[in-house]
Amino acid sequence: MIEILSSSALATVQDHGREGYLRYGVGTAGAMDRLALAVGNLLLGNPDDAAGIEIPMFPFRIRFLADMAFAITGADCAARLGERQVLPWWMIEAKQGDVLTIGVPTSGTRCYLTLAGGVDVPLVLGSRSTQLRGQFGGYNGRQLQKGDVLKAIGASGRAALYGAPYAAGFGTVPPEHSLPAPQALPSADADQTTVRVLPAAEYEYYRPESLEAFWSEGWKVTPQSDRYGYRLAGPTLNATHAVEKRSHGIVPGVIQVPHNGQPIIQLRDAQPSGGYPKIGTVIEADLWRLAQARIGTKIRFVQTTYPEAVAALEELAGYLTRVRNLVELFRSSRH
Amino acid sequence: MTLTVEQASMAHADAVRPLRQDSQRTAVAMKHDESEQTLRVSMLGTTAMLFEAPGALDLHVQRRIWTLAREVQAWPGVREAVPGVTNLMLTFAMPPADPASLGDALRDAWAAAGELQIEGKVVELPVQYGGEFGPHLQDVVSHTGLSVDEVVQLHCAPLYTVYALGSHPGYCYLGGMDPRIATPRRKVPMLGLPGGAVSIGGVQTGVSASTGPSGWNTIGHTSMSFFDPARENPATLAPGDMIRFRVERIAS
Repeated sequence: MIEILSSSALATVQDHGREGYLRYGVGTAGAMDRLALAVGNLLLGNPDDAAGIEIPMFPFRIRFLADMAFAITGADCAARLGERQVLPWWMIEAKQGDVLTIGVPTSGTRCYLTLAGGVDVPLVLGSRSTQLRGQFGGYNGRQLQKGDVLKAIGASGRAALYGAPYAAGFGTVPPEHSLPAPQALPSADADQTTVRVLPAAEYEYYRPESLEAFWSEGWKVTPQSDRYGYRLAGPTLNATHAVEKRSHGIVPGVIQVPHNGQPIIQLRDAQPSGGYPKIGTVIEADLWRLAQARIGTKIRFVQTTYPEAVAALEELAGYLTRVRNLVELFRSSRH
Repeated sequence: MTLTVEQASMAHADAVRPLRQDSQRTAVAMKHDESEQTLRVSMLGTTAMLFEAPGALDLHVQRRIWTLAREVQAWPGVREAVPGVTNLMLTFAMPPADPASLGDALRDAWAAAGELQIEGKVVELPVQYGGEFGPHLQDVVSHTGLSVDEVVQLHCAPLYTVYALGSHPGYCYLGGMDPRIATPRRKVPMLGLPGGAVSIGGVQTGVSASTGPSGWNTIGHTSMSFFDPARENPATLAPGDMIRFRVERIAS
């Protein structure tokens, strides 16, 4: 068990998301950076879609109420377990009473704290993800608060799997070192996040100069950006005529353009339907990159094709397979 | 809940008739609302495909969408078939190998799809129009050139059909709104609108089921529980059910 020591931290319990209830108006929710959550789980021998804690505000502190192995993945944050430094993309075992402090990241925005066995909250409509709009799933359908106590599934047995040989813990290479960043034109600045985009149904309704700006300019992530979506600021995108779509299903990654001409990228907590015109869709394989883009930094869009977008998903799966194999190799060598 | 299903269907036919008579007027009022749109199939990245039915926004088209949804849900590779307002989104666990042929299959299935008749239930919702809970009623008045009373009367006159659920858990998209009160979505979505908000977006109207952001014009408020995740069928209303709004109060 762990106890949350931070107040109003905006942290939530998330797994890979809730699939199959869109026709009831239920969006998927789920981890913004699914890759980081999956790696955190793999390091602990969990199923890669087990639930973890998504942390967007720092410092974040918890106390371990029992011995327990855990991992931290996602943003590059400085963490301490008592007085010991803990590296990101690393698993280690905590002792009962240890306090874990996850500090402000040097890059990225969201950390994932995973526990051996996975965070144990009830499955609601097939998922442990927090549905903030519907106020269900996760921990009582809300963000975590100071004093909340969370269990891990089968925690007592799991921790024994680790023990002495794992005292120093082990980790893996973060995905940004393993998966090359997409290349923008003109070249993106170092602090810009480049993501690949497939043009969407209303793409051709935009003026040539707006489309030119869409691909070549940096789009600032405004403070009104969260799990629902990123509201971006940049040149005004002008359509050749005003469009009111009949409401239809949308998915995370869809870039809508409201009438003010400033794009919004819909993300994991977005409503699963809408009617604003869609200029493009950030491909599924790059949503983890968006999840780590900081408010105030800029996003760059680079056009891709459907086959490339499918190949990018396979690349992600390949990375996860390599991590899984490495973890299994490491464990078998210690037994 | 006073109307029988049979009465409801008749009342609905009355409600939709003026809509078709006014379709040309709608097109003028909304400028480019696609009141006679063409059939379109498009991809939403690699995870979903959108089918938009041709023709008017009416119950005949929507009933064919329900048929299409029922059929397509069983196709291999389709995770979920999600009806929208005269459209259908398919989601996939794995990206389809050949989206173009899937699109062709959708067109064929659409051509063959008849109207699905659903005998839904009828629910009456008392509404407080305007005032604190209807902050954009004046915007609808300004846009339409009608008076507050006229907007309210036109809004609560029809028996609305639930076309589809979406937006957030339990939310219903309703068909049958009088096009004379159509008002474009807001330039910038509002954050934190309360549950029970009765609103107009383009030629559509609906009631929010919980607090959240919305780009629609909020004209009133009602109380109703639309969703309970503990139930086997979590949503209170389903496509084919009907809603009647009753004026409880008009605040200025």
